[in-house]
Amino acid sequence: MPRTESDVRWVDEPRLGFWEQLYIPAMLDGLKTTIGHIFRPQVRTEQYPEQEPKLPGNYRGVHRLNRDEEGRVKCVACYMCATACPAHCIDIVAAPAPTEWQKDGREKYPETFVIDELRCIYCGMCEEACPVDAIELTTLYDLTGLSREQMVFDKEKLLSVFDQTTKAGTDPVRTRSGRLSVASETPPG
Amino acid sequence: MPAFDPTTTAIVIVCLMAGVLGLCGFLTLSERKISAWMQDRLGPNRVGPFGLLQPLADGGKFFLKEEVIPSHVDKVFYVMAPSVAVGTALLALAVVPFGPTAPPPDPVPVAAGAVATFEQAQAEYQNQTNFVLAPGLDVGVLYLFAVGSLAVYGVVLAGWSANNKYSLLGALRASAQIISYEIPLGMAVLGVFLIVGSLNPEKVIAWQTANGVWWLVVFQPLALLLFMTAQYAEANRLPFDLPEAEQELVGGYHTEYSALKLGLMLLSEYVHLVAGSLMLVALFLGGWSLFGLEGFVTHPVWAAAVKTLIVCGKMFALVIFAQFVRWTIPRFRFDQLMNIAWKVMIPLALLNLLCVMAVKQLGWPLGVLTGTSAVLFLGAGVVSVRLSGSVTNPKRKVVKLPPGLPAGVTYAS
Repeated sequence: MPRTESDVRWVDEPRLGFWEQLYIPAMLDGLKTTIGHIFRPQVRTEQYPEQEPKLPGNYRGVHRLNRDEEGRVKCVACYMCATACPAHCIDIVAAPAPTEWQKDGREKYPETFVIDELRCIYCGMCEEACPVDAIELTTLYDLTGLSREQMVFDKEKLLSVFDQTTKAGTDPVRTRSGRLSVASETPPG
Repeated sequence: MPAFDPTTTAIVIVCLMAGVLGLCGFLTLSERKISAWMQDRLGPNRVGPFGLLQPLADGGKFFLKEEVIPSHVDKVFYVMAPSVAVGTALLALAVVPFGPTAPPPDPVPVAAGAVATFEQAQAEYQNQTNFVLAPGLDVGVLYLFAVGSLAVYGVVLAGWSANNKYSLLGALRASAQIISYEIPLGMAVLGVFLIVGSLNPEKVIAWQTANGVWWLVVFQPLALLLFMTAQYAEANRLPFDLPEAEQELVGGYHTEYSALKLGLMLLSEYVHLVAGSLMLVALFLGGWSLFGLEGFVTHPVWAAAVKTLIVCGKMFALVIFAQFVRWTIPRFRFDQLMNIAWKVMIPLALLNLLCVMAVKQLGWPLGVLTGTSAVLFLGAGVVSVRLSGSVTNPKRKVVKLPPGLPAGVTYAS
């Protein structure tokens, strides 16, 4: 349907009064605002390297492998995380658990547990998938390395991340570190 | 002023240029700091204490960057443009007083003993210190305007030789803008020269110091306002920075420039600002006088230092004010820019000049001029309220076309 003039509504911009037409008062008004900000600064800048940001506990940073009460790796090498991982960055080699571990119902443990931190997309699917809460994403964010090899984290490195974050008191919110989850316990009855 | 001595002059030139260029470096820092404070940021604070070494880092970067000369440019003009820009800007420094000055003695009427009087006046003048590169230049301010309007060549050459549409648009805007604002710039200060009776900035300062606290800003506030506005436009500073409007023209006329050439382009704007502010201090704000406070220091060397400090302090305050304005007022549209120059500033400057002429002719006290300035300023406001329309509310009859394509125009099939 063609539009006609009656369809068009012309809107008038507000007319400037005498005070605005002088321009200088309006300019001084603007200067008052800007200069006011100089003397009443509301700077919220974080001085990053000196001043570390306080990240929420559910931040998805570097992974860690949790330990149980006895300091053993909590992972039961079920491959759930590796299966859930959309980036295929987790590589696990399972092995039968040592005999004394088997008294607690642990059949397998990861002989190697390698995460390629460069390939990881930090989606958190692995910690969602883990039945024993053994893998978690921490609030560590400043992940650097000099080579690609350095960025491939093995079991020891991931466990050391656990030690580091536990010591710093920056455990992720989901953590149940120290005890295995219900999935690892023998079903009642 | 001692007799002309090439060595002394060379030393003064070097000191002045080094001082101004160093100052310009720190003006870039203050610009960034002030904008940061106004926008609740911190600004550069990594290089040196409080970021004070940032200008050095910036300068070093300008030196070390690759100097790209694109293959599509006109090489001669492309290389020439930054030197023209910065050269004309620096030339303007030759006449601006940056410290204590003494006016050259007036001619002596021919009479008995005139030669002796003349010799004595000259001898006295020889003993004065004059902190200006070319002292006693009677065309002083004219020279400043002449050299200042050459600055447009740097911009136009840069924009034209770059063979780039953004640069060309920026250069076109710049030439239109600078040529338009030359007129109110020159016209605004004509009143000052009529009052003082000389174009020599030293004499203008002497007139103001002789009048104590009555600086020319008291009698010519409107002229000060016009001069300052036109000077911002001349220096391509916001709100008049259309030639290099980053948001619409990439970088304007210096889009194609890199490394030190870009540095020189940016530097020339700051030199313009410094030279213009020094001129404003000399013409309107009493030069090296400060309500008689400068008279307390009697030792000649210290007095010269104090007066230099006063001039530089006033200049610095003006430059800082320009930076406040820059981060406060948004850029004008091009039609607004031209309207301000041609419909507001030039008529106001002319009327102000008429008032000065009338007051001088009728022999009225100069205080009347303060009133006429205020009347002109408020009158301009009244006129614009009464007479001006707007885009959506025009004063003249405007034929509104129906929406859609005009008659006879069709889409290509």
